[in-house]
Amino acid sequence: MTIDWKTYDPGSFYDEIISSPGNARMPARRLVSYLGSLGDDDVQARRASADVAIKQMGVTFTVYSEEGNIDRSWPFDIIPRTVSRRQWEKTAAGLEQRLRALNLFIDDLYHDQKIVKDGVFPRYILDESKNFRPECVGVSPRFGVWAHICGTDLVRDKDGQFYVLEDNLRVPSGVSYMLENRAITKRVLPDLFDTEQILPIDDYPANLLEALTSLSPRRVNRPSIVVLTPGIYNSAYFEHAFLAQQMGAELVEGSDLVVADDCVYMKTVDGLERVDVIYRRIDDLFLDPEVFNPESVLGVPGVMRAWKKGNVALANAPGAGVADDKVVYAFVPRIIKYYLGEEPLIPNVETFLCVNDKERDYVLANLDKLVVKPANESGGAGMLVGPHSTKKEQKRFAELIRAHPRNYIAQPTLALSTVPTLVDGGGVEPRHVDLRPFIIQAKKSWVTTGGLTRVAMKRGSLVVNSSQGGGSKDTWIVDTGGN
Amino acid sequence: MLSRVAERLYWTSRYLERVENTARLMGVYTNLLLDMPSGVNIGWYNLVTLNNAEAWFENRYKVKDERNVMRFLLSDPDYPGSMMSSLQGVRENIRTTRDVVPAESWEYINELTLYVQDNLNMGINRGQRHAFIAEVIKACQQFLGLFVGSMNEGRGRSFLRLGRNLERADMTTRILDAGINLVLENNGNVLPTTESIIWVNVLQSLSAYLPYTKQQRKTVRGSRVARYLLEDPDLPRTVRYCCDLLRRECAGLPRSGPVLAHIDSILASHYGPLDDEDRPLDQGFSDYLNHLQLQIAGLHHLFAEAWFTLD
Repeated sequence: MTIDWKTYDPGSFYDEIISSPGNARMPARRLVSYLGSLGDDDVQARRASADVAIKQMGVTFTVYSEEGNIDRSWPFDIIPRTVSRRQWEKTAAGLEQRLRALNLFIDDLYHDQKIVKDGVFPRYILDESKNFRPECVGVSPRFGVWAHICGTDLVRDKDGQFYVLEDNLRVPSGVSYMLENRAITKRVLPDLFDTEQILPIDDYPANLLEALTSLSPRRVNRPSIVVLTPGIYNSAYFEHAFLAQQMGAELVEGSDLVVADDCVYMKTVDGLERVDVIYRRIDDLFLDPEVFNPESVLGVPGVMRAWKKGNVALANAPGAGVADDKVVYAFVPRIIKYYLGEEPLIPNVETFLCVNDKERDYVLANLDKLVVKPANESGGAGMLVGPHSTKKEQKRFAELIRAHPRNYIAQPTLALSTVPTLVDGGGVEPRHVDLRPFIIQAKKSWVTTGGLTRVAMKRGSLVVNSSQGGGSKDTWIVDTGGN
Repeated sequence: MLSRVAERLYWTSRYLERVENTARLMGVYTNLLLDMPSGVNIGWYNLVTLNNAEAWFENRYKVKDERNVMRFLLSDPDYPGSMMSSLQGVRENIRTTRDVVPAESWEYINELTLYVQDNLNMGINRGQRHAFIAEVIKACQQFLGLFVGSMNEGRGRSFLRLGRNLERADMTTRILDAGINLVLENNGNVLPTTESIIWVNVLQSLSAYLPYTKQQRKTVRGSRVARYLLEDPDLPRTVRYCCDLLRRECAGLPRSGPVLAHIDSILASHYGPLDDEDRPLDQGFSDYLNHLQLQIAGLHHLFAEAWFTLD
């Protein structure tokens, strides 16, 4: 049985590929007719060959469980998601705008705090922020940029409009999977790359390298750049190694580095060698046991001293996470207006802060309709998805919210867009997706062409996290011609 | 090059060499079995003793037969020298040095690990063992080709060569030991032709039979084979060749004084009775080989002091 697009039904959701039964959206036209021309055996064979490619390429992520850490193969769906180039360019401009504003905001918080003095951003949020680092006050990183690499999660609602769901400014991951997804798709659907205008994405490592190079405190021809990883037990270790390899940077662990005379060195076979830029993939609090968590064996004693003296660049800068907070998120449209004098190009999802009495009352009265999130967690843990929750869960969250109103925000349940996805037993069904593009800012700023599409593999599920059964898809930005 | 990375590259090639050598060792015994007249005793368990792995083996098995020995050498999860353990070692080390080895290395090691995992029974059962062994050796050789053909000359290549040649020198002494043990075990019952079959197989297991016949133009005899595999300067798996190469490699690295002195002492070592070609090899030769293994193992500690631990 071949794929029958006439029976494919996304219901009331916005489907990114199919606009009405049997009809493909513009950027997906060739893809849809091509898939429809394949026999069932052929589809299954391609699916199997993707699995083999993933195993051979060793694309894995680590799952933590009671039985120890397991390396799982990356769950991947072979049907790509398509977005038109025109729409993507508008979105990319909005992402750059957002990160520029956020960096101005972070820099302001660690210097004069004008936005607080001007009454645009409430002081209590700053006072209670878990990610504000007093140790960073007064430091001026090059170009005034603190968050050099940002992974912003986007979703599309019923209307097909992109909304920002959250900004990840600490150590966002996923970009290597975006690149590997494309590599797999090229093996599995090579024919389409001949006829389609699919924009390439593999310039990410080169752009990252250029940005990191521009941060070097020493004006040398080839600054020494390292990727600092917590090691192989980190779920994103695969990515750390991948990026180091692609950039020609050294992949180091904390124990490979040492600080002397407020400069950072790495231990090599030939002795100590100076380090200029550290792309660090460990959290602030583990970075330097002299300043933060004294128990940390992942970090490098003295690295904060070296950074404050301007002898080494850290990307992202410590303290950048202050803007990576679901309460701060609610203020981003105001932050953009305040620093740039511009209207946000991509809207936020409507957000209720439980700390404000009126908004809290609304949230408590509508727990069955809203998504409640803790202000400071990542990975989808500790969430309440109202429409899918029991009365008991709602009651528990009501108590939590009353006890710690500042720790919670709520958002309407979005009707996340869908993309056709192969399901077990054959056939294609709609599954919900989100999108994480990556934005780089240093001397210049730059946005990935598309991003990492994550897909909830279970019917009706909205949870796309790979640690909770989510999968992923290749993302095609397609040039459909014209303007 | 980072000290940690240097150490991991060194172990990558040691483990990889160990995988190949385990396959070769299994090959020698399997071929011998087919060649030997009936009534000659093949001690499969020798393969365990010559790797000093008795304790691990006896932890898991009672019967010291072919099947158990093969299963043990291929897949025992606790024995660090088993093929699966060595493959895990290669995999972990490549995984943690992916930024310096050719990108294909990761795919190759995943393929090889999957192959061995999925085809263990081919190795355990005699019927398909030959094909299994050939495939494993081929995959290991593929790695060498990849490294030689696509890695820059430099520190990375040096440490890969150090690991490979140290492991090779060690294994050559062990394969010789396997030969002498078979001869001694059948002492008295072994016909001269049977003994030469053993030594031909020893040579073949190290891809050394044709080079031997070309170079020696003499019949295969224990003392000649031993001397050839220990002291020939041109054959890539002799102890002499490996040590010469280690010496050249180490001379180009910093702080290599103590390492070079130790290599020189190995190169100067010689088993006197081998000078008399007519003299049969005895237990004394096996003891000499054990001593040589300890000397080779000692090199590792000197490597670690010079380059891997920087305090």
